[in-house]
Amino acid sequence: MEAVLEKIKVNEEGYLLDFSQWNKSVGEEIAIKEGITMTDRHWEVIKWLQDKVQADEALSIRGIKTSGVLDIKEFYALFPGGPLKISTKIAGVPKPKSCI
Amino acid sequence: MKKLLILGAGTSGTMMANHLRKKIAQNEWEITIVDQFKTHYYQPGFLFLPFDIYTEDQVKKTGKNFIPKGVKYIQKKIEQIFPNENKVQLEDETLTYDILIIATGCKIAPEETEGMKGKNWQKNVFDFYTYEGSLALRNKLRGWKGGDLVVHFTEMPIKCPVAPLEFVFLADSYFRNKGMRDKVNLTYVTPLGGAFTKPQCTKALEYLLKEKNIRVVTDFAIEKVDNENNQIVDYGDIKVDFDLLVTVPTNKGDEVIARSGMGDDLNFVPTHHNTLQSLAHENVFVIGDATNVPASKAGSVAHFASETLTDNILLYIKGKPLKEEFDGHANCFIETGNKKALLIDFNYKQEPVHGTFPIAGIGPLSLLKESKMNHFGKLAFRWIYWNMLLKGTPIPMVGRNMSMKGKKLSITKK
Repeated sequence: MEAVLEKIKVNEEGYLLDFSQWNKSVGEEIAIKEGITMTDRHWEVIKWLQDKVQADEALSIRGIKTSGVLDIKEFYALFPGGPLKISTKIAGVPKPKSCI
Repeated sequence: MKKLLILGAGTSGTMMANHLRKKIAQNEWEITIVDQFKTHYYQPGFLFLPFDIYTEDQVKKTGKNFIPKGVKYIQKKIEQIFPNENKVQLEDETLTYDILIIATGCKIAPEETEGMKGKNWQKNVFDFYTYEGSLALRNKLRGWKGGDLVVHFTEMPIKCPVAPLEFVFLADSYFRNKGMRDKVNLTYVTPLGGAFTKPQCTKALEYLLKEKNIRVVTDFAIEKVDNENNQIVDYGDIKVDFDLLVTVPTNKGDEVIARSGMGDDLNFVPTHHNTLQSLAHENVFVIGDATNVPASKAGSVAHFASETLTDNILLYIKGKPLKEEFDGHANCFIETGNKKALLIDFNYKQEPVHGTFPIAGIGPLSLLKESKMNHFGKLAFRWIYWNMLLKGTPIPMVGRNMSMKGKKLSITKK
């Protein structure tokens, strides 16, 4: 299974550099590394994150609140730790960042 | 007579009025600019006002004085845009247009966070992104005896994303100069994964936090401000105590964008990243903080964008294809305290790196490194803003697109 990630280009923190290399197996492998077992609910969130990024909308925890997909409590339960940081890594999209 | 209408007389709108009046024939095109407010603020000055580095008069002037002759200035509230009918309704009249430029900016929305604009607002909870907030904070700091000062920002995107970090650096200097740094604990709280989020910047700059003894709390997604216990609380139930909270609330585009059904979730207008044309209406263009483009919300970005947008308006008038030219170029001074500053130059794709600016190999300004020269550059910028930038005067040697000349792509850790 590790082979899935071998050809994937990532940055120093493990975020995908090229979203076209993403597929569900890639997401699954990154999730395992983060100690997360993916369920249908996780994938729903991943799809929502990818759609937001596609639409050029900034990702934020507040955005989760208004998403209609899940509430923040569930988001933290699905991706414990830094939920946005971890879920974006699994989704193959850049984590939210600043200009420096 | 055809009509070009600009909404918003802030940095972007004023620059567009100046650029376009020089380039479009007065006998063919009437240019009108609308803004609700009389005063034009130099917003970068809101960072300096709390520390008594700038005075009130240095950061505000009458907006009309920067609008060129030949442009009609209307000081009225904008009620709604009807982009399918090419109309804009003001408080007591309706304007029509052939071309619309939206430059309505963005502003803080503290009401988005529970308790933020509560009973302690401007008592021990402050913003510095408004003139009123910045001034109230100055008055508070003048008499403050010390304690836990927490500098926080709610979520991206915000106007000038480095300003909260600059604030904490300047606070360190301010309290040192007052001989009370030992009475102040400085904490920087960010929703992001680090105070610096780009690898080259982290390598080059993380020493600043240690040097200035600033505690950093990362991945903090604020749920509420607890006004009883003077704490900010995050969704993961992490709590940070404060005696004085300086926060940057959620930033949103103007409500007129929401009223007009033209924005995203945060009232930013979906805009083509490289042409600055609205994605929904071909005769509507968007510039500055009002757009949803993934560039910094900063005056320098608006300045570079205004040059591309001016060319594209002229091309649009002639019925020619637009230039897909704008690269998200930003060029920003970052105050680090002790009369030093950094300069960063970057765009949509290229993160800030080391090098010299504006002349490759010579400078005199250095990129991503602290220097006194950069600090003087930042202070000189206020003059440049009022006297050159707003009037659309090109800044010598600084091009609209980012140049890679004189830049080093990889840097070693300091």
